[in-house]
Amino acid sequence: MSAHDHDNHGPIDPETGLSRRKVLECMTWTGTGILWTVSGGVPRSLGLVGSAMAAEPAGMTFLQISDSHVGFDKPANPNALGTLEEAINRIKIMPVKPSFMIHTGDISHLSKASEFDDAERIISQAKLDVHYVPGEHDFLDEEIKFYKDRYGKGTRGAGYYSFDADGVHFIGLVNVVDLKAGGLGNLGAEQLEWLEQDLKGRSKSTPIVVFAHIPLWTVYPEWGWGTEDGARALEYLKGFGSVTVLNGHIHQVMQKVEGNVTFHTARSTAFPQPAPGTAPSPGPMKVADDKLRTMLGTASINFKRGSERLAIIDTPLAG
Amino acid sequence: MISAMFGRTGARLAVAAALSLYLGISGAHAEESKVTIDNFTFSPAELKVKVGDTVTWSNHDDIPHTVVSAGKFRSKAMDTDGTFSFTFTTAGEYKYFCSLHPHMTGTIKVE
Repeated sequence: MSAHDHDNHGPIDPETGLSRRKVLECMTWTGTGILWTVSGGVPRSLGLVGSAMAAEPAGMTFLQISDSHVGFDKPANPNALGTLEEAINRIKIMPVKPSFMIHTGDISHLSKASEFDDAERIISQAKLDVHYVPGEHDFLDEEIKFYKDRYGKGTRGAGYYSFDADGVHFIGLVNVVDLKAGGLGNLGAEQLEWLEQDLKGRSKSTPIVVFAHIPLWTVYPEWGWGTEDGARALEYLKGFGSVTVLNGHIHQVMQKVEGNVTFHTARSTAFPQPAPGTAPSPGPMKVADDKLRTMLGTASINFKRGSERLAIIDTPLAG
Repeated sequence: MISAMFGRTGARLAVAAALSLYLGISGAHAEESKVTIDNFTFSPAELKVKVGDTVTWSNHDDIPHTVVSAGKFRSKAMDTDGTFSFTFTTAGEYKYFCSLHPHMTGTIKVE
């Protein structure tokens, strides 16, 4: 279990409320063991997200789940539906019920109706509202309608939208359609225009959470891990005191803090992918059976009023 | 039973003959070429073929890929061991990419 306490990032400028250290990178990788040595205050023997949450004072908590790839049955994990179920079972027994869940895409592996149905059957057992954004694996059906039929109600374009919860403004973006040859993830002009309007006139003290499938910042362009026009989206978020960007797609925990923006990617519940450049390709990584569950998992995000950063706790399916 | 089998083969031969007659205008020796996908890479990345040749892409990754050349051809998602074939009837340079992983690019040069 790993906890990132965002309250301790150097001296705070009393005027802007931001850390003087403009760029602070604390990249974290799954499976390296580094995370575990810095995880203060979360007793692993108690094991679950819930133990950490129970220790927290009042605050809104929501969960991030990502990259379920229901239907995936290759050697890296022959039973992706089973590990999704394990993740949901852990959420079900959390002592403090989260307010809701976000799913950052790749619900299915091949956009088959049966895969979406299986995912829904398992995820609904958490008995939480789920806010989805699509991954590229969710738009593979001929008419690109299975995702939209199920999750697209009340959304714009290919499925972007915003909502408010406990004083936090949440924005779900789609960066997996209309990708250009040689390029990265893509938001597109129409969505960017909508985003600008969505943020216009909003109080700069409103905490913002942006979530999308592909990382909005450039993680590793050689593997397509980034968003071509992500910087434009971040431009619109400048000036907001607290911005948290949550992504999936890369099947590993990675984090970066830059000024007022915290970037964070979640683990997959299906299979791990290699750290950038450590393998010939970003394809599914086969690990020893007893190691797989240490590389899959979910993230829990806690928002406390008055605090600069949202606390993000990544929890693997097994320690 | 045997005559029925011969019958089917005969019909197939007739279709094949008609096809080669149709393609015969640009040369009777249309060839089959292959592009494989391993580790998110098209191999060969650049392939030269003749007008009338057919190229078949096959995906050896554990992740689905597509082959898309804007306005020219577009495959469905190919799962592991999935294939897509396209017959090139016009000379030119066809740049293509995987619409799911756009950093994957390739070129077919048709002469």
